[in-house]
Amino acid sequence: MNELKSEIFVKDRQLVIPGETLAKGLDFLPSSGCYRVNNELKSKLLGLVKLKDRFIGIIPLAGVYIPKTGDGVIGLVEDMQTTIWIVDINSPYDAILPLSEAVGEYVDLNKTDISIYYDINDLIYAKVLNVSKSKQVQLTMNDHRARKLIGGRVLTITPSKVPRLIGKQGSMIELIKNKTKCQIIVGQNGVVWIKGEREGLAAKAILTIESESHITGLTDKITAMLEKGE
Amino acid sequence: MGKKAKMIINGKRLDGRSLEDFRPITVEVGVLKSAEGSAVFKFGDTYALAAVYGPRTMHPRHLQDPQRAILRCRYSMAPFSTNERVRPGVNRRSVEISKVLNEALSNVVFFEDYPKTGIDVFVEILQADASTRCAGLNAAALALVEAGVPIKDLISSCSVGKVDGEIVLDIGGDEDEFGEVDMATATIGNEDKFVLLQVDGIITKEDFFKLLDLARKGCAEIYERQKNAFKEKYKAGEIDVES
Repeated sequence: MNELKSEIFVKDRQLVIPGETLAKGLDFLPSSGCYRVNNELKSKLLGLVKLKDRFIGIIPLAGVYIPKTGDGVIGLVEDMQTTIWIVDINSPYDAILPLSEAVGEYVDLNKTDISIYYDINDLIYAKVLNVSKSKQVQLTMNDHRARKLIGGRVLTITPSKVPRLIGKQGSMIELIKNKTKCQIIVGQNGVVWIKGEREGLAAKAILTIESESHITGLTDKITAMLEKGE
Repeated sequence: MGKKAKMIINGKRLDGRSLEDFRPITVEVGVLKSAEGSAVFKFGDTYALAAVYGPRTMHPRHLQDPQRAILRCRYSMAPFSTNERVRPGVNRRSVEISKVLNEALSNVVFFEDYPKTGIDVFVEILQADASTRCAGLNAAALALVEAGVPIKDLISSCSVGKVDGEIVLDIGGDEDEFGEVDMATATIGNEDKFVLLQVDGIITKEDFFKLLDLARKGCAEIYERQKNAFKEKYKAGEIDVES
């Protein structure tokens, strides 16, 4: 029989570049960021290998945000129509927030202007309700964390570095929150909202994490930086 | 400079390298802050800078494709890139090169991953000393990877040619002007798949195949250099991220 031996060439968390062969044979399955060609699994992104059972995936080092159902995102209201808001979510695709998903009460459209709920240039934290195949993104405010964000400042980081900013079980972001006494909300789309007295320090820490995300011992460095203050 | 009586003496070329040597190659990735991906690729005095923006919302809207992304490539030479001033803006040559670069890159990009978007690639030649389209293509491939655009493999490009009756690698300087043949090639990674092949000059069939063989070797070397650029940039440590 035609017995093909499967073989894996990479280890967990190894840096790979596009076109690099990750594994051979049919015993491994391509997860995100990989493709199969003639019995070989290859990477299509620059990133780190993620191994899980038989699945091989790539955690990208860069790239734009592609919305996924269930993601919490921070967006800026760009436009308003009769019953929808159009929201810029730092992605190639604009999102739509329908009135029914935004407001819990009955709204008489003849009498009310919907800008009393959300106006153009408002910042909102919303949840992605659904992403259609043609990349139409629907948001919802039907979530206990969803709200309008008033005041504060906004930073944008590379979306693929959001997990690093949050840390294991939220350790990194909690550290910054505790040390600076700021309110911080991180959207999966790489937009970060900060409000509090020491916004500047928090912003500096977040930007440091973004630019030095690939070094080890980053938590200690951030702790030292926050202890020292400005 | 006028034409030299002989451009190859005792197997050494004008700049002292042997027939199958590259000029010194410099590769650098992530040089521009505002672009999603950027890279510099130098073949000796040829200096190409590439920047990639996107995938981003495609404007004008009527060019959007609901099934796939659109790649737009722009090649241009800086006014100060050669001895004689280059008139800025689009000209016949830059339109042609933009088109061949676009077609070469289109072979590797996974367009269907980003429907309705546009990916913009800008290739700027800051200093020209022959083989600019090859340097530009190498830089563009690196910038695409840096931008996180999914691609099958890197594109590696080099020029080969015939100077004084000898087959040589990496045409540079006066060889471009006074040589007999100049051929720009590019392959997908180090595979035997050509995505760019332009010949200028008169050539026999035998010589053509010799040039192709040399081009394969050259592109494989460039491929290694491109790979090393990334390995070097991120060698500081492997990222400890939670997925």
